[in-house]
Amino acid sequence: MDSIIFLIFRRMRPPLITLLLVYTVSILGLTLIPGQDADGNVWHMDFFHAFYFVSFMSTTIGFGEIPYEFTDAQRLWVLLSIYASVIAWLYAIGTILSLVQDKTFKQAVAENKLARHIRDMREPFYLVCGYGETGSALVRGLTDVGYHVVVIEIDEQRSQIIKLENLRDYVPTLHGDARKPLHLQEAGLQHPQCQGVVAVTNDNEANLKIAITSKLLHPHINVICRADSHDYEKNMASFGTDHIIDPFDTFATYLATAIEEPCLYLLQMWLYSGNEEVRLEEPVYPPRNKPWIICGFGRFGKAVYQRLKKEGNDIIVVEARPDLTGLPAGGVVEGRGTEAETLMQAGVEQAAGLIAGTDNDANNLSIVVTARELNPELFFIVRQNYSDNSAIIRAVNADMVMQPSRIIADKIRVLLATPMLNEFVSLAYHQDNEWACELVSRISALVVRHAPQLLEIVIDDEQARAVVDVLNGGQKVYLKDLLRDPWKRRDHLNCIVLMMQRDDERIPLPGDETELRIGDRLLFCAGRSGFTRLEWNLQHDNVLSYVRLGRVEKHGWLWTKLSRK
Amino acid sequence: MNPEKVVFGFFIVLSLTLNFGFFIGEIDNPDHHHVYELFAVVIVNLIATILKFGDRSQMGAVLLATSLAAMIQLIAATLVWTFAVHISQTGLTPVVMASIVSLSGGAMLANVISVILLIIETVMLRR
Repeated sequence: MDSIIFLIFRRMRPPLITLLLVYTVSILGLTLIPGQDADGNVWHMDFFHAFYFVSFMSTTIGFGEIPYEFTDAQRLWVLLSIYASVIAWLYAIGTILSLVQDKTFKQAVAENKLARHIRDMREPFYLVCGYGETGSALVRGLTDVGYHVVVIEIDEQRSQIIKLENLRDYVPTLHGDARKPLHLQEAGLQHPQCQGVVAVTNDNEANLKIAITSKLLHPHINVICRADSHDYEKNMASFGTDHIIDPFDTFATYLATAIEEPCLYLLQMWLYSGNEEVRLEEPVYPPRNKPWIICGFGRFGKAVYQRLKKEGNDIIVVEARPDLTGLPAGGVVEGRGTEAETLMQAGVEQAAGLIAGTDNDANNLSIVVTARELNPELFFIVRQNYSDNSAIIRAVNADMVMQPSRIIADKIRVLLATPMLNEFVSLAYHQDNEWACELVSRISALVVRHAPQLLEIVIDDEQARAVVDVLNGGQKVYLKDLLRDPWKRRDHLNCIVLMMQRDDERIPLPGDETELRIGDRLLFCAGRSGFTRLEWNLQHDNVLSYVRLGRVEKHGWLWTKLSRK
Repeated sequence: MNPEKVVFGFFIVLSLTLNFGFFIGEIDNPDHHHVYELFAVVIVNLIATILKFGDRSQMGAVLLATSLAAMIQLIAATLVWTFAVHISQTGLTPVVMASIVSLSGGAMLANVISVILLIIETVMLRR
């Protein structure tokens, strides 16, 4: 704010001095020029009357000649003064108006307003750098589950778009370069409520710089970075970046999981889908131990290649510019893959799956359409580079779509909003496919068609007051009590507990008979609006008493007094 | 030589000298304190104040503060003058004159500080 005031004052110096000089000369002239009073005596106007007269003269051109009628000499002087003072005023007002409309001034005002808003934030927030495809998906996901977000975006147009997005929360957006520490500080990097920094710009170098700055200026903060090159990943990890997400490696892992353990893959996709409006994904069964064709051997192609190779699949690579991308061990079929000839050469008729993984959406679509004509039985995976192309990508009806921005946004949202889910999924990776299949069928019974909702609860005064009261009273509360319907305790709530965390121990799918203790963390999973009744069980004494014992124990103060007598 | 500094220094010094000119003389004698002098002091002080606007340095802030203090004193002096001559019609009695001149004396003190600060700033410039 200070700089704006100084800017205004500095620019207002010349007009103010002009105005002051015009006033001075006019007043001085009026006091010096002799006038006549009513009786014709010579009379000199004093400073008081002169100032009074000039003040109204220059703003309203006069109420008349006071205190006595002017002589012609005085009138001549007043005539000159009127023009001079009107011009001086116009100059002053014009300067103020142009200052207000000045672009840098407006920007400075907006920036100040934003900085003040961020400074005054009283609730935890996350700082998202980069509002591209990933950033916008992430901001929507986080605001939907009630988190506050501050955004820095380098492109002015994109930083304006956020206002039109109809998000659930006001998202302060700073138009600036997140590589500069000053902009990160303005956006609240050192704010005590800042919980984490997410660097999802499309530039590895910028993400690296953001991570370094954040770790240096606010060491205990959670830093999450997007990176799609292994060099940068190592560099980021070297100074303690908490999570580094590579969309291509992540998808390669998903694909390997989908091939080896389809249920686990489905479980993860369901739990990660977030918004309850999202329709559940259908299970996919990518072919196992049969040849795959990968079109495009860039960052994505390489990640998938290595992963599939590790699982023991045969792979044929099709690449238009192998001189740029490097050669895989098994050789390469040269060509873009959009022509039937190249695909035939790669053996499309014998292959089981095809991955269209170039960085060009149109080429990817063309590959799928061409290949499908040659071999309609193929399992298709399409890489989608731009979310604008969703409609056409959906139209080719591929079995799996790999959208880097979507993958990163989902993963980061889970890391930030439900960190327990992330731990649960890594535990699930140690279980076998049958375990996952059973859980999938349990969840599908809960949720019917829409994505499952997740909730983390800590058994403490704030989130489970009633439970804490009972536990403090020396009584026991079991998990099964919480999962009873408060309207009819024989019924079960539409809700399961995925994981319990007690101290450092993590128990996936804890049993109904588990005793609760204060400080336990529970990860609940429910269908649409499944948590409203659960909240009653956790927070309301009488409701909890009913679901535990089948009767209401405590009453109001008055009733307790009366019933005791 | 920076012409801005010349103008700046000129007005700060001029506001002190004019102020001194008005202040000097018998404190309660209206003949020793002319109204035009007071007018000049007020105007020059106003100009000096405006010139001090928009300086971000610590020195600039203190200079502006001394100027504002001087302005308040001088405006109070002119108001006392106007009140005595035009509103209560008592005229410039020794009591009134004494209070006007002492107010301007306070303003002079603020102007002295301004000039001292200006000198300090100049001395600290290693050129």
